[in-house]
Amino acid sequence: MVNLKINDMPVSVDDGVTILEAAQKLGIKIPTLCHIKLDCFHVEHRCGSCRICVVEVAGRPNLAPACCTPVLEGMDVKTNTLRAINARRTMLDLLLSDHPKDCLTCAKNLDCQLQKLAQEMNLHQVLYKGEQSTYNKDLSSQAIARDLDKCIMCRRCETACNVVQTVGVLSGVDRGFEAVVAPAGYKPLNQTQCVFCGQCVLACPVGALTEVSYKYDVWKALNDETKTVVVQTAPAVRAALGEEFGIAPGSITTGKMVTALRMMGFDKVFDTDFAADLTIMEETTELIGRVKEGKNLPILTSCCPGWVKFLEHQFPDLIYMPSTAKSPQQMFGAIAKNYYAQKLGIKPEDMVVVSVMPCLAKKYEAAREEFSHNGNRDVDIVISTRELADMIKEAGIIFNNLEDSKYDDPLGESTGAAVIFGATGGVLEAALRTAADWIAGTDVQEIDFEAVRGLEGIKEATVNVAGLELKAAVCSGLGNARKLLERIKNGEAQYHAIEIMACPGGCLNGGGQPYYDGDTTILEKRKEALYRDDKDQKIRKSHLNPSIQKLYKEFLGEPGSHLAHELLHTKYTPRKNW
Amino acid sequence: MFIASKDALNSYAAKIKGAASAETTILVSMGTCGIAAGTTPVLKAIRSEIAERNLQNAIDVIEVGCMGLCHCEPSIEIINNNTGKRIIYGDVAESQVAAIIAAGSDTPAQGTRTVERTWYYPEFETKPASALQAKIVLRNTGRINPEKIDEYIAEDGYQALAKALTGMKPDEVVNEIVASGLRGRGGGGFPTGKKWQFAAVQKNDEKFMICNADEGDPGAFMDRAVLEGDPHSVLEAMAIGGYAIGAHVGVIYIRAEYPLAVKRLQIAIEQAREYGLLGKNIFNSGFDFNIEIKYGAGAFVCGEETALIHSIEGMRGEPTFKPPFPAIQGLWKKPTVVNNVETYANVCAIIRKGADWFKSIGTAGSPGTKVFALAGKVSKVGLVEVPMGIKLRDIIFSLGDGIKDGKAFKAVQTGGPSGGCITSKSLDTPIDYETLKGLGSMMGSGGMIVMDEDDCMVNVARFFLEFTLDESCGKCTPCRIGNRRLFEMLNEICDGRATMETLDKLKNLSRTIKDTALCGLGQTSPNPVLSTMVNFEDEYLAHIQEGKCPAGVCANLIHYEINDKCVGCTLCARNCPVSCISGDRKQKHYIDQTKCVKCGVCYQACKFHAIDKN
Repeated sequence: MVNLKINDMPVSVDDGVTILEAAQKLGIKIPTLCHIKLDCFHVEHRCGSCRICVVEVAGRPNLAPACCTPVLEGMDVKTNTLRAINARRTMLDLLLSDHPKDCLTCAKNLDCQLQKLAQEMNLHQVLYKGEQSTYNKDLSSQAIARDLDKCIMCRRCETACNVVQTVGVLSGVDRGFEAVVAPAGYKPLNQTQCVFCGQCVLACPVGALTEVSYKYDVWKALNDETKTVVVQTAPAVRAALGEEFGIAPGSITTGKMVTALRMMGFDKVFDTDFAADLTIMEETTELIGRVKEGKNLPILTSCCPGWVKFLEHQFPDLIYMPSTAKSPQQMFGAIAKNYYAQKLGIKPEDMVVVSVMPCLAKKYEAAREEFSHNGNRDVDIVISTRELADMIKEAGIIFNNLEDSKYDDPLGESTGAAVIFGATGGVLEAALRTAADWIAGTDVQEIDFEAVRGLEGIKEATVNVAGLELKAAVCSGLGNARKLLERIKNGEAQYHAIEIMACPGGCLNGGGQPYYDGDTTILEKRKEALYRDDKDQKIRKSHLNPSIQKLYKEFLGEPGSHLAHELLHTKYTPRKNW
Repeated sequence: MFIASKDALNSYAAKIKGAASAETTILVSMGTCGIAAGTTPVLKAIRSEIAERNLQNAIDVIEVGCMGLCHCEPSIEIINNNTGKRIIYGDVAESQVAAIIAAGSDTPAQGTRTVERTWYYPEFETKPASALQAKIVLRNTGRINPEKIDEYIAEDGYQALAKALTGMKPDEVVNEIVASGLRGRGGGGFPTGKKWQFAAVQKNDEKFMICNADEGDPGAFMDRAVLEGDPHSVLEAMAIGGYAIGAHVGVIYIRAEYPLAVKRLQIAIEQAREYGLLGKNIFNSGFDFNIEIKYGAGAFVCGEETALIHSIEGMRGEPTFKPPFPAIQGLWKKPTVVNNVETYANVCAIIRKGADWFKSIGTAGSPGTKVFALAGKVSKVGLVEVPMGIKLRDIIFSLGDGIKDGKAFKAVQTGGPSGGCITSKSLDTPIDYETLKGLGSMMGSGGMIVMDEDDCMVNVARFFLEFTLDESCGKCTPCRIGNRRLFEMLNEICDGRATMETLDKLKNLSRTIKDTALCGLGQTSPNPVLSTMVNFEDEYLAHIQEGKCPAGVCANLIHYEINDKCVGCTLCARNCPVSCISGDRKQKHYIDQTKCVKCGVCYQACKFHAIDKN
């Protein structure tokens, strides 16, 4: 233990703890900006670049950044001396002097840490006015918008991109006043190996990185009389949307969300969970087939477009590994346009499929060439959880007061197996539930595969599926995926099945989810909510979903049938790694 | 040749020393500066003259590194090996070579410029009364051919390594360096021995010895001179350090803009390997040490040790917060010592002669010598190595021969862009790490820029700040944005747009940047501003309150007017680049102030003192 004093109050903390953490223990909040700590992923971004957290330490000639200065025995720290306050205010002043300050029209308005800091520190004017750095905006991708004028060089996005995800697109470029975070050579994002996971967007404390918004496109579609507009909502959305309306994190708001969507004018409100059940039918069929043949193992899940693109760039020699099953979003689009439109008696081009996703890569996925037919996309517009919340607010819907309502049939019916797709491990667990039944030929009662749950980056389990020993792994966060794939490539690990999600923790922590600014307890609550929702469902196995059974009976035939392959499966493309 | 043991080294050295030398030796300065000034044709002329006179056996010609005489390159030194008499010629032209050879080594040739020797070598000479310089770091630079390892061995080269490896335990080596009081010559002045000690006590199979050769101060070229003139001294010192701390790999991080230094280092490493002085089981001691070279792209900030380490690792060259210090967690997260070239160049002499000998030179707190690159408005620019504790007056007015063109001394900037300016009232302060700091400046790596009455100190501060502005990595807020704002405020002052409030803001922000910046670059970047504000407050006030630049430098604050002495010769009008001067022949001329760009050409052209600069 180390004993020190902060603002004359004694405190004892473990060796290696920073002044910031020691102060927290005393209930003293030292303002920070660049620092972020994601406890549940064991990630700490401690670059010490913003200098907002400087404090006075007796005997030290200059001020110390609290976020990266380890405590020492006998240290005498003062957080609120005039010297520290002035320095802190000057840092904020300087940051604002090089910032557009267009808060009212900024996508991050009220979600901005810089704005919050200016308010908390009562900075009412900028003293050191001067030239502002300007850069071209990058709107090249369908997913992530970059406005570098707003970049404050906190480098959080870099940690997300390079340390957490090991994608390696974002880094500091240029130097001095022109220094900024960008892809090498200022390449537009769509010409890089960016996978659009959006972890950088979640990490960005200001409006430099935001999603490419399609809210207006949705309004246009909703107001187009000639179009039938259907919407699908991903599993993880329901566990986080409420946060945007001040509802406690970890609340499931499916019923209110469905009501709101209907009020906004969607013709049909459907559930991606339905398509998740469908995915399980196809993917499990493939899994059992590959395991029986002992070929092309392990099978990797393919629900996550960020992960798929990562594989295409970083491990092009392994592209035979993922299941050929499309993601639930794309399966939904294909079924809506080819099955449901037929049922309604309308042409696919007269139907608009809107997705509400926790994810930014889904925007990119929906635009992939292989998911269009004759120029008509299976999924037309993708908005994030945050965008949906914005639209609900814009529509004047008082979300918190809404009554619950149910999804429309037939693409709205789902099971507990589908809702856990929103958490890391959920896809694999859902597949195992179906595989167990199919292999045993009975309704297996043991369906909670606890070993694959939880937010840890890599989980391994050998599960007994109706007498068959299946070696499985679950991985979330692309850095973890890289570790696992390297081991597989080098023959150091053998599995039958692996679930991989690009975002740490899975879709509940997707790039399109409400901002949580480092408070990872919120992620735990979202995860618990999803498993609670699973428990609450009457049917908890995908293959028992009556609407799915009907879909096969009426339309697709068997899982893995020719038609199923045509509509529900896809292929992957090796891509350059730069 | 392979030298397998200490005895083998001794007998080989004795053999080389014993070899008959010619009656006369001519040293030709072939450093980058000498070559740039035209030494190559002079060298060629010397060789052909010798051949013509058939004196090949009587005269040895040795291409050496920089002799430090920048003000009179090309320079050569002629030594009579029998009498020890020597003549140093400066500004040697090809046309003078024949006369110089003909004159021999006893009397200087007619019509040439000779230079007085102002230095001695403490290691093997007693101090002549007149010698202000003491060369330890530069003991071989300018004396031996840096591309021939034998010449280094003949000058006790690799004796220190042999002594350390065969006669001392690693901790004894560390203790010797600690006892010597040697401090880092790259800027901070941290005790070198302590750095080694920190790394030595770390338990780790892998450690690294790094040489920081990323010299980047404007006008500084001390390290380049050592690497070009005596590369083996650095290699040998790194190996000694490696032995002391338990490292087997050394890395020299050198800027790619030093091609000659790189080439000579490569040759030196190759030769040392061939001789077994680098590589496995050196001197049969069981100690292995190898050195590799990494190239920098010339970013000033990469002189900061954590930034340098990141650059070697292939990352963006920017500093990270310390702790952990490199000695605990450095290159590839292994214990690492980073010393600069000049620091290493002291090590062998300390091991050979002992800590007490080293401490007998310099001051108690800063033993040894310091190499300075003397530049600016001084008459004799060049490289000088002086004992710590010398007065600035001795460097500038004796070694540098005072201010050019008889102008008045105004200030001297030490420590490069991170340092501060020192005025005439402090010229007699004995300088070492502490006193320079006390004067609001710093030792830095040894750049020394002299300014005269024609320099505007606000503009000087702006010049240095512009350098750090360009060279900042942009990582932390105070350095990235704060320095920019300082620069903008200095522009306002130089342009006459500033108010007294600007001055307050300038001072406050400068202090805050020093207080908050992440690395040494940012923490010291406002020094030129603060020190000029203290020492030349009147100049700042003149700019702001009177709208005048006393030195007549800031274009916006000066204007030229033609007075009644004008005879209408039209010379000014003909020279004006923007044709803003009009007037008939033999009539008084006029300057159109709206068009004048204040270039000063008319002022210089006028032969009648008819143009006033206000």
